[in-house]
Amino acid sequence: MQWNSFADFLSMGGYAVYVWSSFGLTILALIWEVAALRLRKSKAIKQIKQADAWAKRRVER
Amino acid sequence: MTGINWFKYAAPQTFFHLSGKWIPVLGWIAFFLAIAGLYIGFFIAPTDFQQGEAYRIIFIHVPAAWMSMVIYLAMAFWAAIGLVFNTRLSAMMALALAPTGALFTALALITGSFWGKPTWGTWWVWDARLTSELILLFLYVGFIALHASIDNPQRADRAAAIIAIVGALNVPIIYFSVQWWNTLHQGASINVASAPKMAVTMLIGMLVMTLASWAYSVAVALFRVRCIILERERHAAWVNDLKEVKS
Repeated sequence: MQWNSFADFLSMGGYAVYVWSSFGLTILALIWEVAALRLRKSKAIKQIKQADAWAKRRVER
Repeated sequence: MTGINWFKYAAPQTFFHLSGKWIPVLGWIAFFLAIAGLYIGFFIAPTDFQQGEAYRIIFIHVPAAWMSMVIYLAMAFWAAIGLVFNTRLSAMMALALAPTGALFTALALITGSFWGKPTWGTWWVWDARLTSELILLFLYVGFIALHASIDNPQRADRAAAIIAIVGALNVPIIYFSVQWWNTLHQGASINVASAPKMAVTMLIGMLVMTLASWAYSVAVALFRVRCIILERERHAAWVNDLKEVKS
Protein backbone atom coordinates (compact mmCIF):
# COMPACT_ATOMS: atom_id res chain seq x y z
CA MET A 1 0.00 0.00 0.00
CA GLN A 2 1.30 3.45 -0.88
CA TRP A 3 -0.64 5.63 1.56
CA ASN A 4 0.89 6.71 4.87
CA SER A 5 -2.36 8.12 6.26
CA PHE A 6 -5.97 8.76 5.34
CA ALA A 7 -5.14 12.41 4.61
CA ASP A 8 -2.37 11.23 2.31
CA PHE A 9 -4.90 9.01 0.50
CA LEU A 10 -7.38 11.87 0.13
CA SER A 11 -4.76 14.24 -1.27
CA MET A 12 -3.96 11.80 -4.13
CA GLY A 13 -0.44 13.14 -4.45
CA GLY A 14 -1.79 16.63 -5.19
CA TYR A 15 -4.25 15.45 -7.84
CA ALA A 16 -7.24 15.17 -5.47
CA VAL A 17 -9.45 17.55 -7.47
CA TYR A 18 -9.03 15.62 -10.73
CA VAL A 19 -9.16 12.07 -9.35
CA TRP A 20 -12.08 12.57 -6.94
CA SER A 21 -14.06 14.64 -9.44
CA SER A 22 -13.75 11.83 -11.99
CA PHE A 23 -14.87 9.08 -9.62
CA GLY A 24 -17.49 11.20 -7.83
CA LEU A 25 -19.10 12.31 -11.07
CA THR A 26 -19.19 8.75 -12.42
CA ILE A 27 -20.83 7.39 -9.27
CA LEU A 28 -23.41 10.20 -9.26
CA ALA A 29 -24.18 9.60 -12.95
CA LEU A 30 -24.74 5.88 -12.43
CA ILE A 31 -26.95 6.43 -9.36
CA TRP A 32 -28.92 9.00 -11.33
CA GLU A 33 -29.40 6.60 -14.24
CA VAL A 34 -30.72 3.80 -12.01
CA ALA A 35 -33.03 6.20 -10.13
CA ALA A 36 -34.39 7.63 -13.39
CA LEU A 37 -35.09 4.12 -14.69
CA ARG A 38 -36.94 3.10 -11.53
CA LEU A 39 -39.08 6.21 -11.85
CA ARG A 40 -39.75 5.41 -15.52
CA LYS A 41 -40.86 1.88 -14.65
CA SER A 42 -43.23 2.97 -11.88
CA LYS A 43 -44.68 5.62 -14.21
CA ALA A 44 -45.30 3.01 -16.92
CA ILE A 45 -47.01 0.69 -14.43
CA LYS A 46 -49.11 3.52 -13.07
CA GLN A 47 -50.26 4.35 -16.58
CA ILE A 48 -51.21 0.73 -17.28
CA LYS A 49 -53.17 0.59 -14.01
CA GLN A 50 -55.04 3.78 -14.89
CA ALA A 51 -55.95 2.50 -18.35
CA ASP A 52 -57.04 -0.79 -16.78
CA ALA A 53 -59.29 0.98 -14.26
CA TRP A 54 -60.82 3.04 -17.06
CA ALA A 55 -61.59 -0.04 -19.12
CA LYS A 56 -63.21 -1.77 -16.15
CA ARG A 57 -65.38 1.24 -15.36
CA ARG A 58 -66.56 1.29 -18.94
CA VAL A 59 -67.54 -2.39 -18.76
CA GLU A 60 -69.51 -1.80 -15.53
CA ARG A 61 -71.54 0.94 -17.18
CA MET B 1 -29.64 -24.70 -33.39
CA THR B 2 -32.61 -26.92 -34.14
CA GLY B 3 -33.50 -27.80 -30.55
CA ILE B 4 -34.05 -24.25 -29.37
CA ASN B 5 -36.72 -21.97 -30.70
CA TRP B 6 -34.84 -18.68 -30.70
CA PHE B 7 -37.89 -16.70 -31.69
CA LYS B 8 -39.51 -17.66 -28.43
CA TYR B 9 -37.07 -15.36 -26.65
CA ALA B 10 -37.74 -12.63 -29.18
CA ALA B 11 -41.30 -12.34 -27.90
CA PRO B 12 -41.49 -9.36 -25.51
CA GLN B 13 -43.62 -11.35 -23.05
CA THR B 14 -41.09 -14.19 -22.60
CA PHE B 15 -38.23 -11.75 -22.55
CA PHE B 16 -39.87 -9.57 -19.92
CA HIS B 17 -40.07 -12.45 -17.44
CA LEU B 18 -36.63 -13.83 -18.23
CA SER B 19 -34.83 -10.49 -17.99
CA GLY B 20 -36.56 -9.70 -14.69
CA LYS B 21 -34.67 -12.61 -13.12
CA TRP B 22 -31.30 -11.55 -14.52
CA ILE B 23 -31.28 -7.87 -13.54
CA PRO B 24 -30.72 -8.28 -9.76
CA VAL B 25 -28.02 -10.91 -10.36
CA LEU B 26 -26.15 -8.69 -12.81
CA GLY B 27 -26.64 -5.67 -10.56
CA TRP B 28 -24.98 -7.38 -7.59
CA ILE B 29 -22.18 -8.73 -9.78
CA ALA B 30 -21.52 -5.18 -11.00
CA PHE B 31 -21.58 -3.83 -7.45
CA PHE B 32 -19.10 -6.32 -6.00
CA LEU B 33 -16.79 -6.18 -9.01
CA ALA B 34 -16.75 -2.38 -8.73
CA ILE B 35 -15.83 -2.58 -5.03
CA ALA B 36 -13.04 -5.06 -5.83
CA GLY B 37 -11.85 -3.01 -8.81
CA LEU B 38 -11.74 0.23 -6.79
CA TYR B 39 -9.87 -1.52 -3.99
CA ILE B 40 -7.26 -2.84 -6.42
CA GLY B 41 -7.09 0.53 -8.19
CA PHE B 42 -6.62 2.65 -5.08
CA PHE B 43 -4.83 0.36 -2.64
CA ILE B 44 -2.89 -2.29 -4.54
CA ALA B 45 -1.90 -0.70 -7.85
CA PRO B 46 1.34 1.27 -7.49
CA THR B 47 1.89 4.96 -8.20
CA ASP B 48 2.79 5.68 -11.83
CA PHE B 49 6.37 6.88 -12.15
CA GLN B 50 5.50 9.46 -14.82
CA GLN B 51 1.99 10.63 -13.99
CA GLY B 52 1.94 10.19 -10.19
CA GLU B 53 -1.49 9.55 -8.70
CA ALA B 54 -3.35 11.33 -11.52
CA TYR B 55 -3.14 8.15 -13.58
CA ARG B 56 -5.68 6.48 -11.23
CA ILE B 57 -8.38 8.11 -13.36
CA ILE B 58 -7.54 5.25 -15.76
CA PHE B 59 -9.66 2.89 -13.64
CA ILE B 60 -12.79 4.77 -14.65
CA HIS B 61 -11.73 6.43 -17.90
CA VAL B 62 -10.66 3.35 -19.85
CA PRO B 63 -13.65 1.15 -18.87
CA ALA B 64 -16.00 4.05 -19.73
CA ALA B 65 -14.31 4.59 -23.10
CA TRP B 66 -14.40 0.87 -23.91
CA MET B 67 -18.07 0.65 -22.96
CA SER B 68 -18.88 3.68 -25.12
CA MET B 69 -17.59 1.78 -28.17
CA VAL B 70 -18.85 -1.71 -27.24
CA ILE B 71 -22.35 -0.42 -26.47
CA TYR B 72 -22.42 1.43 -29.78
CA LEU B 73 -21.55 -1.75 -31.68
CA ALA B 74 -24.19 -3.69 -29.72
CA MET B 75 -26.73 -0.96 -30.48
CA ALA B 76 -25.88 -1.01 -34.19
CA PHE B 77 -26.07 -4.82 -34.18
CA TRP B 78 -29.57 -4.90 -32.65
CA ALA B 79 -30.70 -2.04 -34.88
CA ALA B 80 -29.54 -3.99 -37.94
CA ILE B 81 -31.24 -7.20 -36.76
CA GLY B 82 -34.42 -5.25 -36.16
CA LEU B 83 -34.22 -3.68 -39.59
CA VAL B 84 -33.59 -6.99 -41.42
CA PHE B 85 -35.85 -9.39 -39.51
CA ASN B 86 -38.42 -6.86 -38.34
CA THR B 87 -38.32 -8.27 -34.81
CA ARG B 88 -39.91 -5.93 -32.29
CA LEU B 89 -37.58 -6.72 -29.44
CA SER B 90 -34.34 -6.07 -31.37
CA ALA B 91 -35.25 -2.47 -32.07
CA MET B 92 -36.27 -1.99 -28.44
CA MET B 93 -32.89 -3.39 -27.40
CA ALA B 94 -31.07 -0.86 -29.61
CA LEU B 95 -33.17 1.96 -28.14
CA ALA B 96 -32.47 0.74 -24.59
CA LEU B 97 -28.71 0.70 -25.11
CA ALA B 98 -28.43 4.26 -26.47
CA PRO B 99 -28.79 6.31 -23.25
CA THR B 100 -26.32 4.14 -21.34
CA GLY B 101 -23.87 4.32 -24.24
CA ALA B 102 -24.25 8.10 -24.37
CA LEU B 103 -23.67 8.30 -20.61
CA PHE B 104 -20.45 6.27 -20.82
CA THR B 105 -19.28 8.38 -23.76
CA ALA B 106 -19.87 11.57 -21.79
CA LEU B 107 -18.08 10.08 -18.77
CA ALA B 108 -15.14 9.00 -20.94
CA LEU B 109 -14.86 12.55 -22.33
CA ILE B 110 -15.21 14.27 -18.95
CA THR B 111 -12.89 11.96 -17.00
CA GLY B 112 -10.50 12.26 -19.93
CA SER B 113 -10.41 16.01 -19.56
CA PHE B 114 -9.91 15.64 -15.79
CA TRP B 115 -6.90 13.53 -16.71
CA GLY B 116 -5.73 15.78 -19.53
CA LYS B 117 -5.61 18.94 -17.43
CA PRO B 118 -2.90 17.76 -14.97
CA THR B 119 -0.94 15.62 -17.47
CA TRP B 120 -1.17 17.60 -20.73
CA GLY B 121 -1.95 20.99 -19.22
CA THR B 122 -5.22 21.35 -21.14
CA TRP B 123 -8.82 20.20 -20.73
CA TRP B 124 -9.33 19.59 -24.42
CA VAL B 125 -7.46 19.32 -27.71
CA TRP B 126 -8.90 18.66 -31.15
CA ASP B 127 -6.86 15.55 -31.75
CA ALA B 128 -8.18 12.50 -33.59
CA ARG B 129 -9.00 10.39 -30.53
CA LEU B 130 -10.88 13.10 -28.66
CA THR B 131 -12.68 14.42 -31.72
CA SER B 132 -13.86 11.00 -32.89
CA GLU B 133 -15.09 10.19 -29.37
CA LEU B 134 -17.01 13.48 -29.33
CA ILE B 135 -18.58 12.48 -32.68
CA LEU B 136 -19.63 9.21 -31.01
CA LEU B 137 -21.51 11.23 -28.39
CA PHE B 138 -23.25 13.18 -31.17
CA LEU B 139 -24.19 9.90 -32.89
CA TYR B 140 -25.81 8.62 -29.71
CA VAL B 141 -27.65 11.90 -29.18
CA GLY B 142 -28.69 11.94 -32.86
CA PHE B 143 -30.02 8.38 -32.58
CA ILE B 144 -32.06 9.20 -29.46
CA ALA B 145 -33.32 12.52 -30.81
CA LEU B 146 -34.33 11.12 -34.20
CA HIS B 147 -36.17 8.25 -32.54
CA ALA B 148 -37.99 10.65 -30.23
CA SER B 149 -39.01 12.92 -33.11
CA ILE B 150 -41.01 10.24 -34.96
CA ASP B 151 -44.35 9.35 -33.38
CA ASN B 152 -44.85 5.92 -34.94
CA PRO B 153 -42.53 3.55 -33.00
CA GLN B 154 -41.93 1.18 -35.93
CA ARG B 155 -40.99 4.01 -38.28
CA ALA B 156 -38.84 5.58 -35.59
CA ASP B 157 -37.03 2.24 -35.10
CA ARG B 158 -36.26 1.99 -38.81
CA ALA B 159 -35.07 5.58 -39.24
CA ALA B 160 -32.89 5.50 -36.12
CA ALA B 161 -31.45 2.12 -37.16
CA ILE B 162 -29.91 3.77 -40.23
CA ILE B 163 -28.02 6.29 -38.07
CA ALA B 164 -26.86 3.50 -35.75
CA ILE B 165 -25.56 1.35 -38.61
CA VAL B 166 -23.85 4.12 -40.59
CA GLY B 167 -22.38 5.58 -37.39
CA ALA B 168 -20.75 2.25 -36.53
CA LEU B 169 -18.06 3.27 -39.03
CA ASN B 170 -16.85 5.74 -36.41
CA VAL B 171 -15.97 3.03 -33.87
CA PRO B 172 -12.90 1.61 -35.67
CA ILE B 173 -11.86 5.21 -36.37
CA ILE B 174 -11.85 5.91 -32.62
CA TYR B 175 -10.07 2.66 -31.85
CA PHE B 176 -7.27 3.07 -34.41
CA SER B 177 -7.02 6.88 -34.21
CA VAL B 178 -4.00 6.68 -31.91
CA GLN B 179 -2.18 4.59 -34.55
CA TRP B 180 -3.35 6.32 -37.70
CA TRP B 181 -2.71 9.87 -36.57
CA ASN B 182 -0.21 11.58 -34.36
CA THR B 183 -2.31 12.26 -31.31
CA LEU B 184 -1.68 13.87 -27.96
CA HIS B 185 -3.70 11.00 -26.50
CA GLN B 186 -1.46 8.14 -25.43
CA GLY B 187 -1.51 4.85 -27.33
CA ALA B 188 -3.50 1.78 -26.35
CA SER B 189 -2.68 0.45 -22.87
CA ILE B 190 -3.54 -3.07 -23.95
CA ASN B 191 -2.75 -4.48 -27.35
CA VAL B 192 -3.45 -7.91 -28.77
CA ALA B 193 -0.06 -8.00 -30.47
CA SER B 194 2.21 -7.04 -27.58
CA ALA B 195 2.57 -7.35 -23.82
CA PRO B 196 0.74 -4.69 -21.77
CA LYS B 197 2.81 -1.59 -21.09
CA MET B 198 1.74 -1.34 -17.46
CA ALA B 199 2.11 -2.99 -14.05
CA VAL B 200 0.11 -6.21 -13.66
CA THR B 201 -1.92 -4.87 -10.71
CA MET B 202 -2.88 -1.77 -12.73
CA LEU B 203 -4.01 -4.02 -15.55
CA ILE B 204 -6.05 -6.27 -13.24
CA GLY B 205 -7.73 -3.25 -11.62
CA MET B 206 -8.66 -1.92 -15.04
CA LEU B 207 -10.01 -5.27 -16.22
CA VAL B 208 -12.08 -5.80 -13.05
CA MET B 209 -13.56 -2.31 -13.46
CA THR B 210 -14.31 -3.13 -17.09
CA LEU B 211 -16.16 -6.33 -16.11
CA ALA B 212 -18.13 -4.31 -13.55
CA SER B 213 -19.06 -1.83 -16.29
CA TRP B 214 -20.19 -4.68 -18.54
CA ALA B 215 -22.43 -6.16 -15.84
CA TYR B 216 -23.82 -2.71 -15.02
CA SER B 217 -24.50 -1.90 -18.66
CA VAL B 218 -26.30 -5.17 -19.35
CA ALA B 219 -28.40 -4.83 -16.18
CA VAL B 220 -29.37 -1.24 -16.93
CA ALA B 221 -30.09 -1.94 -20.61
CA LEU B 222 -32.33 -4.89 -19.66
CA PHE B 223 -34.11 -2.69 -17.14
CA ARG B 224 -34.70 -0.07 -19.82
CA VAL B 225 -35.94 -2.65 -22.33
CA ARG B 226 -38.51 -3.72 -19.75
CA CYS B 227 -39.67 -0.11 -19.39
CA ILE B 228 -39.94 0.22 -23.17
CA ILE B 229 -41.91 -3.05 -23.36
CA LEU B 230 -44.33 -1.80 -20.68
CA GLU B 231 -44.77 1.49 -22.53
CA ARG B 232 -45.26 0.00 -25.97
CA GLU B 233 -47.26 -3.10 -25.09
CA ARG B 234 -49.46 -1.45 -22.49
CA HIS B 235 -52.61 -2.52 -24.36
CA ALA B 236 -51.60 -6.19 -24.50
CA ALA B 237 -53.50 -8.59 -22.24
CA TRP B 238 -50.37 -10.14 -20.70
CA VAL B 239 -49.20 -6.73 -19.46
CA ASN B 240 -52.42 -6.33 -17.49
CA ASP B 241 -51.87 -9.74 -15.89
CA LEU B 242 -48.39 -8.87 -14.58
CA LYS B 243 -48.04 -9.08 -10.82
CA GLU B 244 -46.56 -5.56 -10.76
CA VAL B 245 -49.78 -4.27 -12.32
CA LYS B 246 -52.13 -6.43 -10.26
CA SER B 247 -50.72 -5.41 -6.87
